[in-house]
Amino acid sequence: MISQLSWKIGGQQGEGVESTDRIFSTALNRLGYYLYGYRHFSSRIKGGHTNNKIRISTKPIRAISDDLDILVAFDQESIDLNAHELRPGGVVVADAKFSPTIPEGVQARLFAVPITSIAEELGTSLMKNMVASGASWALLGLSMDVFNKAVEEEFGRKGPAIVEKNIEAVRRGAEFVLEQAGGPLEEFKLADADGKQKLFMIGNEAMALGTLAAGCRLMSAYPITPASEIMEWLIKKLPKFGGTVVQTEDEIAAVTMAIGANYAGVRTMTASAGPGLSLMMEAIGLSGMTETPLVIVDTQRGGPSTGLPTKQEQSDINALINGTHGEIPKVVIAPSTIEECFYDMIEGFNISEQYQVPVIIATDLQLSLGKQTCEALEYDKIVIDRGKLVTGELPPTEENRLFKRYEFTEDGVSPRVIPGVKHGIHHVTGVEHDQEGRPSESAINRKKMMDKRLNKLNDLRITDAVKVDAPNANPDLLVIAMGSTGGTIEEARERLSAEGISTNRIMVRQMHPFPSELLKPHLDAAKKVIVLENNATGQLANLIKLNVGSHDKIRNLLKYDGTPFLPSEIHNACKELN
Amino acid sequence: MATFKEFRNNVKPNWCPGCGDFSVQAAIQRAAANVGLEPEQLAVISGIGCSGRISGYINAYGLHGIHGRALPIAQGVKLANRELTVIASGGDGDGFAIGMGHTVHAIRRNLDITYIVMDNQIYGLTKGQTSPRSAEGFKTKSTPEGSIESTLSPLEIALSAGATFVAQSFSSDLKQLTSLIEQGLQHKGFSLINVFSPCVTFNKINTYDWFKEHIVNLDQFPDYDPTNRVAAMNKIMETGGMLTGLIYQNKERKSYEDLAVGFKPEGIAKQDIKLSRDEFEKLLTEFK
Ligand SMILES: Cc1ncc(C[n+]2csc(CCOP(=O)(O)OP(=O)(O)O)c2C)c(N)n1
Ligand code: SF4
Ligand SMILES: [Mg+2]
Repeated sequence: MISQLSWKIGGQQGEGVESTDRIFSTALNRLGYYLYGYRHFSSRIKGGHTNNKIRISTKPIRAISDDLDILVAFDQESIDLNAHELRPGGVVVADAKFSPTIPEGVQARLFAVPITSIAEELGTSLMKNMVASGASWALLGLSMDVFNKAVEEEFGRKGPAIVEKNIEAVRRGAEFVLEQAGGPLEEFKLADADGKQKLFMIGNEAMALGTLAAGCRLMSAYPITPASEIMEWLIKKLPKFGGTVVQTEDEIAAVTMAIGANYAGVRTMTASAGPGLSLMMEAIGLSGMTETPLVIVDTQRGGPSTGLPTKQEQSDINALINGTHGEIPKVVIAPSTIEECFYDMIEGFNISEQYQVPVIIATDLQLSLGKQTCEALEYDKIVIDRGKLVTGELPPTEENRLFKRYEFTEDGVSPRVIPGVKHGIHHVTGVEHDQEGRPSESAINRKKMMDKRLNKLNDLRITDAVKVDAPNANPDLLVIAMGSTGGTIEEARERLSAEGISTNRIMVRQMHPFPSELLKPHLDAAKKVIVLENNATGQLANLIKLNVGSHDKIRNLLKYDGTPFLPSEIHNACKELN
Repeated sequence: MATFKEFRNNVKPNWCPGCGDFSVQAAIQRAAANVGLEPEQLAVISGIGCSGRISGYINAYGLHGIHGRALPIAQGVKLANRELTVIASGGDGDGFAIGMGHTVHAIRRNLDITYIVMDNQIYGLTKGQTSPRSAEGFKTKSTPEGSIESTLSPLEIALSAGATFVAQSFSSDLKQLTSLIEQGLQHKGFSLINVFSPCVTFNKINTYDWFKEHIVNLDQFPDYDPTNRVAAMNKIMETGGMLTGLIYQNKERKSYEDLAVGFKPEGIAKQDIKLSRDEFEKLLTEFK
């Protein structure tokens, strides 16, 4: 019995790769397995090779695997492009229609299943994916009932006849392959999972859910890969909670609408990727200057310009931190797990109102779109804190005086009142202003106001500002990273440890203001520091050098070809850099 | 009930003496009082430009944002709290150059806000460059040989974008301007009110006298039917856009707030935002 397995399905975009993956993984999730998915796709909607890979495990996993056990292929291209990943003894399930062949040098078993003809016999070639998934599921020897239940849910709304047909397609695929193989494959028999039901979602869904739980009721956004799922999920839910999503004409409208709505008292967010973030820069300054809360999600993808819009990268770090002209207080948070995607939205909204600052939650494409198991999300951890928002009645202001919206206070945060409240009238402007919000060019006021704003975040440390795993007092290597790479690093560390190389690991979650003091002792204690990131210039490493120092110890481990790190790549690079 | 004086504050505008924007300010204050608003029920969201300063000169909630973005900010305010009366305001550069994209889409979206543009056919704050509203041949600091681009017709654009309320007025006609703003505030949807508001410092062509000479006042045509979109388009073209009065109104089309599914009559800002345990657990089921 094995404890983990990797499965991949490949074909032309629009051929049912997505839905096959969805049904397959839903069924696995029901059985209680831990799952981690990776989508390879391009910007084209129809046509072009696409594949989805799922790692299945009886224990928590948060990384794609180096190799592959089962490849389901709708065309020869899918075999040619992916067979090299198959480990010796791996399996290819392919459509007999194109007379599949295994490339030379690959040792894999081929099951040519008449996928298209079975589907056509049953009425439509559209059911190809069901035949294929039925066949590959059967090879694993897992419960057919659970699989059929997932099929039923996928097609339930199309009526019982369609469900029946699809289940028949699954059965026929399974029957054919089992006859060829002589029963389920012993070497792929997965140990039972713990049977506990888990959540299974993409990071964008976790963030959207977190957004709703945080009390956000409006979202204004402009579609972009890989952020769109957030608005698409919220538009289904927000109207049920009295809110809505507005698809704006561009990201400038999206962010300024969010500022307007936050000013008027509703938690509002927008989400985008690099190109949209670039358009939002001036408005982020408005939020900082007027101390109006604002939450933005940046799902990083390959830049610059249109770059690699459907590929992994972590290259917005400089823009996130330094973007917007002038100097404002701003918080940048980088969740490093799917659970954090959820909780960080709640904390992000809280911080945004408590400190009256723009907060950017930055993921990367793999974290946003990789479908994976998510630990239970706890209702009791949802805490909403709106900071110094004035909700009650206000006493009348003095003759000719306005409400002191920008009152100088000890912590620099002033009471905030929303339009509609009697005696709360004040002015808000992006021009430098006095305590009542009126424009002021006084040098004394300017300095005081700048200090007020910029000192607000002095003591801010978010929950787990850095996530440290430091079992070694003086490790050979300290690996520092952010975003989706944490799980992959973990697997590399296990291998390094087996070879006698000791490692500690830090995921930086609070990207700005930078939690230098939390990092420093760990850098000091390590013999060498490897900063691992998906960009070409070492933006995180530079941030650490700038804030913490330790230049002589820091080595870059960079990957910017659009694909996420594999455990073996980190393992090998760490060995070399050690 | 508040009088127009209660919409005044003690801030002295930094506009040049004689600037058309003074009258727009006065008209907003009067109209707000005339329709029965209290100062705290009104939010004035303005852009950047001489005109953009207007939100600071009215005793109401006000936000002076960034250049060209008064409309999306104002729409955000209205979405958050539809119980507020929201005015967006700014210059011709603000609304018809840098912010033109937002103007067209705000018109299409048709949220219940009133957009008042102070159109002086020039960039005032940056000291006299051409605007999309400048006439062809108009000489400015940025067009020393005269503008060679065609003049934008916001009224035609508004009509073709599906506007439900289009009006134009003139700073000198305080009575008409006030009345149009009142009608705009009462209109259930997006209202565009373009106001000829002379820049006495940088625009020596489109002066008060020039406007008086060229304006065609629709109030003098009792038969004019502002519910007829074709007639409205014709009238705009016939007069070269130099008409004032209520040009078009469609009272049938519902506002965005009324069309949006799940949108309640009370402002979202007043709703309880914490999910109940049951609601949360139910949301989780789709991920199982
Ligand atoms: C993004 C940006 N670009 C340029 C400016 C400079 N700027 C300020 S106001 C203005 C134009 C003002 O013209 P208009 O909107 O017609 O207002 P007016 O001053 O005439 O009332 C410009 C170009 C700016 N503030 N922001
Ligand atoms: S420069 Fe022109 S628009 Fe600006 S305040 Fe003076 S007169 Fe008015
Ligand atoms: Mg102007």
